[in-house]
Amino acid sequence: MSYKIKLKGPEALSGKEFTYCPGCHHGIVHRLIAEVIDELGIREKTLMVAPVGCSVFAYEFFDVDGTVAPHGRAPAVATGMKRAMPENVVFTYQGDGDLAAIGTAEIIHAANRGEKITTIFINNAIYGMTGGQMAPTTLLGMKTTTSPYGRSAENEGYPLHMAEILSNLPGVAFLARTKVNKPQDVLKTKKLIKKAFLAQIEGKGFGMVEVLSTCPTNWGVPPVEANKWLEENLVPEFPLGVYVDKVGDEK
Amino acid sequence: MAEKVMVKGTEAIGEAAIRAGCRLYFGYPITPQSELTEYMSRRMPQVDGVFLQAESEVAAVNMLYGAASTGHRVMTSTSSPGYSLMQEGVSYIAGAELPVVFVNVVRGGPGLGDIQPAQSDYFQATKGGGHGDYRLVVYGPESLQEAVELTEKAFDVADEYRNPVLILADGLLGQMMEPVEFPEYRDLNTLPDHSSWAMQGAKGREPHKITSFDINEHVLEQMNLRYQEKYKKIIEKEQMWEEYKTEDADIIIVAYGTMGRIAKTIVNMAREKGVKAGLLRPITLWPFPYEIISKLADQAKLFFTVEMSMGQMVEDVKLAVNGKKPVEFYGRTGGVVPTPNEVLAKLMELI
Ligand SMILES: Cc1ncc(C[n+]2csc(CCOP(=O)(O)OP(=O)(O)O)c2C)c(N)n1
Ligand code: SF4
Repeated sequence: MSYKIKLKGPEALSGKEFTYCPGCHHGIVHRLIAEVIDELGIREKTLMVAPVGCSVFAYEFFDVDGTVAPHGRAPAVATGMKRAMPENVVFTYQGDGDLAAIGTAEIIHAANRGEKITTIFINNAIYGMTGGQMAPTTLLGMKTTTSPYGRSAENEGYPLHMAEILSNLPGVAFLARTKVNKPQDVLKTKKLIKKAFLAQIEGKGFGMVEVLSTCPTNWGVPPVEANKWLEENLVPEFPLGVYVDKVGDEK
Repeated sequence: MAEKVMVKGTEAIGEAAIRAGCRLYFGYPITPQSELTEYMSRRMPQVDGVFLQAESEVAAVNMLYGAASTGHRVMTSTSSPGYSLMQEGVSYIAGAELPVVFVNVVRGGPGLGDIQPAQSDYFQATKGGGHGDYRLVVYGPESLQEAVELTEKAFDVADEYRNPVLILADGLLGQMMEPVEFPEYRDLNTLPDHSSWAMQGAKGREPHKITSFDINEHVLEQMNLRYQEKYKKIIEKEQMWEEYKTEDADIIIVAYGTMGRIAKTIVNMAREKGVKAGLLRPITLWPFPYEIISKLADQAKLFFTVEMSMGQMVEDVKLAVNGKKPVEFYGRTGGVVPTPNEVLAKLMELI
């Protein structure tokens, strides 16, 4: 006899099956965002902007009003939404190609305006959807399909540190870099995501959480090893921590 | 009846937009339309509206995308190089079927060009510019009064079809001053209700999803076929043009916008010389008034298209005339506005 156990997911998730590769962190982060939305009781007023990249389908995975922005433009789309609907909660979900390459201008200016939106930034050091090309966050020496000899500082420059760059802007109300490759990180990340939403809800300004993530498929390593690779390689390059916190401790 | 007031072109369009119920404007300065951006920055706060100077035209068009997806009336204005930058967003907005009003005050190109009036963005405006099979309703006003009326209409048409509308003006229209009669302010409560599709929060209903995207080619084809059905309806119902002294005309001048206005003078000058000239002035550049031109081709002996470009709309005139009669062309470019005398001289050479 076999049992089918159906776990009830967060209400803010539509229940549509994730299309991500095994071991990819996109799914974990989706779930955390949904739990935060549920806990804050904002599902019915949340508007989301999905990116171009593997998470382009995010608008279907969340049970909230949603749209897909052109590649990199999510912060501008979210700005238009928030200005039109200041009472609503608006968030963008973006990869590192989306946010740190084609959309660098949009994220810097939205953050600098103190736009009251929340951005969840997935940094997996590579372009997932298009098949493993170099991202601005790709590590020095890291091989990708467009840096087949390894990224060199001389030719491609250095890994771009978005959390550090944005943390200099006075419009930013909450900014943290985190990871979800261990259970204790998952819980910590959820708290950080909640604060990034609170920065918006409390009208304090722009909130962002950068999540160091795996792309086992394009890194070419099994999921468990990908978690280890992240720990050993991404974490030293991209220091974890809370960079800006104008939200204060949760009451 | 409302009073006539003297206004500048760019401001006339801005004021008309506000009266039509536009409460969100996103833009980026570029000559010769910066005064429109400036006007909106002054006026929007006075009507509890939103004015935001974007960091680029790329950002501006995407802010429009976001604001329009919530069901509000939104507008931007720009000039040629800026409109080129917006093309990515125009394609997405058309695909997502969002009602947005664009104003392109065209200047000389290509590239950085100059800041003088031109009509050389006709192809981009009417044939695409962004990727994919999409259409915009495009208006080419000849005067400030017409610009005001078309601006108001643009918002209604955008709403009715959930489709972007473009007002294609030129630097001359943007910079001139004329007496204008403005419509009354729309009561915002009487604007069309978009709550059936707009992103306003999924309270007590299924979430609304707005995209121009489907990974399944058959679904995307169906989406495209749906757009085409809409475009067919627009072609049937939204064509606008003006005929001037065409009843007995042997020669039909075809010109739009500022050039169309100048062409009226040319028709009169030609008639003084005993030449039976008339003017067909397309007001909607898309949908282009093919049928009326085709009908005129049964009567007239010659078509003479005049543009402030090296010849773009003339291709549509040729399509409409379809070989029935000769179609001649005269144009100046780079921001040079043809004088009535030089066009008349060309016309006289043709007969
Ligand atoms: C204007 C534009 N340029 C390029 C692309 C192709 N493209 C799709 S996804 C992507 C990279 C996405 O990478 P990332 O943001 O890191 O997300 P991931 O897939 O890794 O989750 C690119 C370049 C596009 N869709 N649009
Ligand atoms: S390609 Fe990489 S980022 Fe995309 S779903 Fe697979 S593992 Fe995740």
